[in-house]
Amino acid sequence: MQILHYLIKKIFSAFTDILPIVAVIVFFQIGVIQKPFENLHEILVGIGLVILGLFIFIMGLENALFPLGERMALQFAQIGNAGWIIFFGFALGFSTTIAEPALSVIANKAGHIAAEGKAIANNAQSIDSFVLGLRLTVAFSVGFAIALGVVRIIKGWPLVWFIVVGYSLIMFFTSLAPKEIIGIAYDAGGITTSTITVPLVTALGLGLASSIRGRNPIVDGFGLIALASLTPIMCVMGYGMFVYGFGGQ
Amino acid sequence: MMSPTETVFELIRSAGIGTLWDILPIVLVLAFFQIVVIRKFLPHFKQICFGFLLVIAGLAIFIVGLEECIFPIGAEMARQLTDPAFLTGGLSGFGTSAPSPTLYRWTYVFAFLIGFSTTLAEPALIAVAIKAREITTGSISEWGLRISVALGVAVGVSLGVYRIIVGSPLYLYIIVGYLFLLIQIRFVPKMIIPLSFDSGGVTTSTVTVPLLAALGIGLASNVPGRSPILDGFGLIAFASLFPMISVNAYAMITARMARAAQKKRDD
Repeated sequence: MQILHYLIKKIFSAFTDILPIVAVIVFFQIGVIQKPFENLHEILVGIGLVILGLFIFIMGLENALFPLGERMALQFAQIGNAGWIIFFGFALGFSTTIAEPALSVIANKAGHIAAEGKAIANNAQSIDSFVLGLRLTVAFSVGFAIALGVVRIIKGWPLVWFIVVGYSLIMFFTSLAPKEIIGIAYDAGGITTSTITVPLVTALGLGLASSIRGRNPIVDGFGLIALASLTPIMCVMGYGMFVYGFGGQ
Repeated sequence: MMSPTETVFELIRSAGIGTLWDILPIVLVLAFFQIVVIRKFLPHFKQICFGFLLVIAGLAIFIVGLEECIFPIGAEMARQLTDPAFLTGGLSGFGTSAPSPTLYRWTYVFAFLIGFSTTLAEPALIAVAIKAREITTGSISEWGLRISVALGVAVGVSLGVYRIIVGSPLYLYIIVGYLFLLIQIRFVPKMIIPLSFDSGGVTTSTVTVPLLAALGIGLASNVPGRSPILDGFGLIAFASLFPMISVNAYAMITARMARAAQKKRDD
């Protein structure tokens, strides 16, 4: 009975999560575009799948990703070797990013823009090496960000320092970087936040902050994702300046 | 020909395999560190394995539903709402003259609402909001956080659409936005800063990005004088900058309300 109650509650909350999108679509289709829905049957199946998928995912989140991140953080803290946790942070950030499909898409687009802009030779080989370089740069920057974030949690440094320095650097880079690369750089900042990485990394940070004496989970535990979305912007612009030269000329 | 049900299962199966490949590196890293470094048995191992299966299956079903239903409609709407022929009531295109600013009023409304509603459905944001509620034992509510993030995305995307229509450079907006943010964090309760910057990073994910890309590229290819390459990007930048500002604002408001309530109790 209790399980049934739990399941109904979860399905209902997945339904409320999706409801706003459905409302917006219905409003525009009927109120503004003023056309009937063409494949109502397919649309209803699609909405049903979205709700079901979200419901199953959230259950998986609470049963696997959250406890896994927290328990591994706790076990690492018990070992007490900071080097391993920092290396773990780097490996997690690097490996999730290098395999990210959205990153390949953006890196390829950037490769073609660079070739059209004559920043690199317009042939398959130089585009490929540009794309690979970009992917490695972003993956390395995310690995670095998570590792740095772990050091920050261990030391208890305030995140504000990193934010102020990081965003000041980004603004400085933005004024120097070739304009072809700027939009792509900011898009790359969003890449690192894949749906599976975020819960895992968040749980890791919170778990670490709760198992180290003197750290407050709210103040110290959050912030890993913040760093992981900041460094790719910087690194892609840096990579752009390196390939294009300053100012894009 | 396959029946519709078979097609759906086929799509889910291939999306599942795709998700499996995406998470393989993560699983390898986790397994390596668990076995080689930690060298301890992971408690509730079976439950975690089962949970991982749920994550993969749930994500696969979710993505198939999005790609088969929500994205095509959303992209088609974005196309229509940026199409000159539709906006001028089917009379003509713009010709060479600049479009009047009010022409795009429905585009702005659409950008605002689609930014808001897709953010509420973003699974990564739901995850962070759950954790934020747990850690703060409820003083930050799940919906409070999610709605303030969604409002930030909505405002950001609308402004991004305005930028594409008038054609001003992206970096100006970004630099002003970040300057504002750097000034704002001096006045924000220090506790909230890590969370507000985390939520800025999680807004642009599975649901939001494809629809924003369709909107940006639709606009950039229809407004005279815009290039899809230069102007089509950048909506995502707005969608990750503004939530940080709005979550900070949410924290400032709740802190002020808490202080006011405290004062009332003291009086």
